[in-house]
Amino acid sequence: MNWMRPYLAVLSARFRSMLQYRAAAIAGLWTQVFFGMVNIMVYEAFYSSTDKQQPLTFAQVVSYVWLGQALLALLPWYADSEVRAIVRSGAVAYELCRPIDLYNLWFMRAMAWRTAPTILRAVPMVVLVMFVFPLIGLGEWRLHSPTLAAGLGFAAAITCTLLLSCAITTLMNISLMWTVSADGTVVMMNALVTIFSGMVVPLPLFPNWAQPVLMALPFAGLVDLPYRVYVGNILPGSIPLIIFRQLFWTVVLVLLGRWLMARGIRRIVVQGG
Amino acid sequence: MNDIALYFRYTKISIKGQLEYRTSFVLQAAGQAILTATEFLGIWAMFSRFGQLRGWTLPEIAMFYGAINVAFSIADALSRGFDQFGNMVKSGDFDRLLLRPRSTVLQLIGQEVTIRKVGRLLQGIIVLAWAISAMHVGLSTGTAGLLLIAILSGVCLFTGLVILQATSAFWATESLEVWNAFTYGGVLMSQYPISIYRSWFRRFFTYVIPLACVTYYPILAVLNRMDPLGSVGWIQWVAPMAGILFLLIALQVWKIGVQHYRSTGS
Repeated sequence: MNWMRPYLAVLSARFRSMLQYRAAAIAGLWTQVFFGMVNIMVYEAFYSSTDKQQPLTFAQVVSYVWLGQALLALLPWYADSEVRAIVRSGAVAYELCRPIDLYNLWFMRAMAWRTAPTILRAVPMVVLVMFVFPLIGLGEWRLHSPTLAAGLGFAAAITCTLLLSCAITTLMNISLMWTVSADGTVVMMNALVTIFSGMVVPLPLFPNWAQPVLMALPFAGLVDLPYRVYVGNILPGSIPLIIFRQLFWTVVLVLLGRWLMARGIRRIVVQGG
Repeated sequence: MNDIALYFRYTKISIKGQLEYRTSFVLQAAGQAILTATEFLGIWAMFSRFGQLRGWTLPEIAMFYGAINVAFSIADALSRGFDQFGNMVKSGDFDRLLLRPRSTVLQLIGQEVTIRKVGRLLQGIIVLAWAISAMHVGLSTGTAGLLLIAILSGVCLFTGLVILQATSAFWATESLEVWNAFTYGGVLMSQYPISIYRSWFRRFFTYVIPLACVTYYPILAVLNRMDPLGSVGWIQWVAPMAGILFLLIALQVWKIGVQHYRSTGS
């Protein structure tokens, strides 16, 4: 488990620093619950506008929305601001001196960066929308608990989501080596992630002709596939295939990232003394 | 008059500074436009699946969507200084502003006019233009003016919200993020007609934070549409006043806040 040690070290540091900002966490929770409720009301209005059978039921969409709010921090939104500072200040030279592979270090850092805030936000959120909502008369809007098979499948799929998300994050971090202000690349990636992961609208609700494209892209593995496993829209029999697709894309993106990093290191210029 | 000249000077300097990094600016603006456009793409997807939203069509929703996005992006660009205000209180930098013989509001508004958010504005204008071109009745001078007033009133309301958020920094330096529910959440909410929401929610956004007054009611008149909530015509025409009123109240609250300000002393 030696390779895990840097990860655990960064993770625990991140946890401790985040726990200092409890007020910010509560504020974030409130904002996300608000967003979730607005989204659910919009879906409610759409679902009440038609009698046609939809690819997802309203109850499934509600759970999908809450999972999205709870696991928001798991998505590869931003390049790691610490890595940004490291590249900008030239401290990346120190990083290269460390007796551990730079790609692994950055990947582990991304994992810590994603898991700590996710756990901190998801736990209170799930307690609220799964258990408190039915008590305060918002039962229709609650997060449903999954069946045992779906729950286990979801646990496996969301772990793969973490790996996939970190592969994308690390790729964004590596892009910082080229343009010191890589904001353009990052914001472009954000747009792709937002729309093609299912964060804006669950992917099955997109037109039928778009489905093959949406499913072929790596982004579906970030949100849509694991969430649909949870809500029971993807049957347990198909779970191995989902996981295979997530891991396939993870491997492709890791290889791409390693290749780019090797090229980036060759041309790196360390600024400052 | 002097104040206005000063404000334009502030603005000029701020914009000039941001244009120094031209490539970064263009990329950020383009990225912002694409990122915010994903929201509209989502709405389009929902309409392609469901056909209509409780009787509302896609071009009608586009009118709400465009108007609120234009209003928010203008307010967001103007009030960036207030947005950063929490940090100024923490660092004690606000003291410097108090020493200068100008109003704090002017100095904060003049602090920065962010133009990299021009992407959202651009995107909102395009959607709004499409919504107008798709209208059956077309715009008259009257309804065009009303739409413009609605947007201006939206700018006032969002600026008021940001000022209230900043004012809360006088009492609490953390957790200002709660206000995001009303600003960003307000934008999300106002992209759709308020009639689709539950009544407690509608009431909150009509009487407490009058977002419904700045877009929903005037746009009903612009679209020449019957209100499912049953409002009469003249209400739709005077409702935008609420946005301006909201800003005036926010400014009063700000004044009270400034009087209570105690420097961190650092």
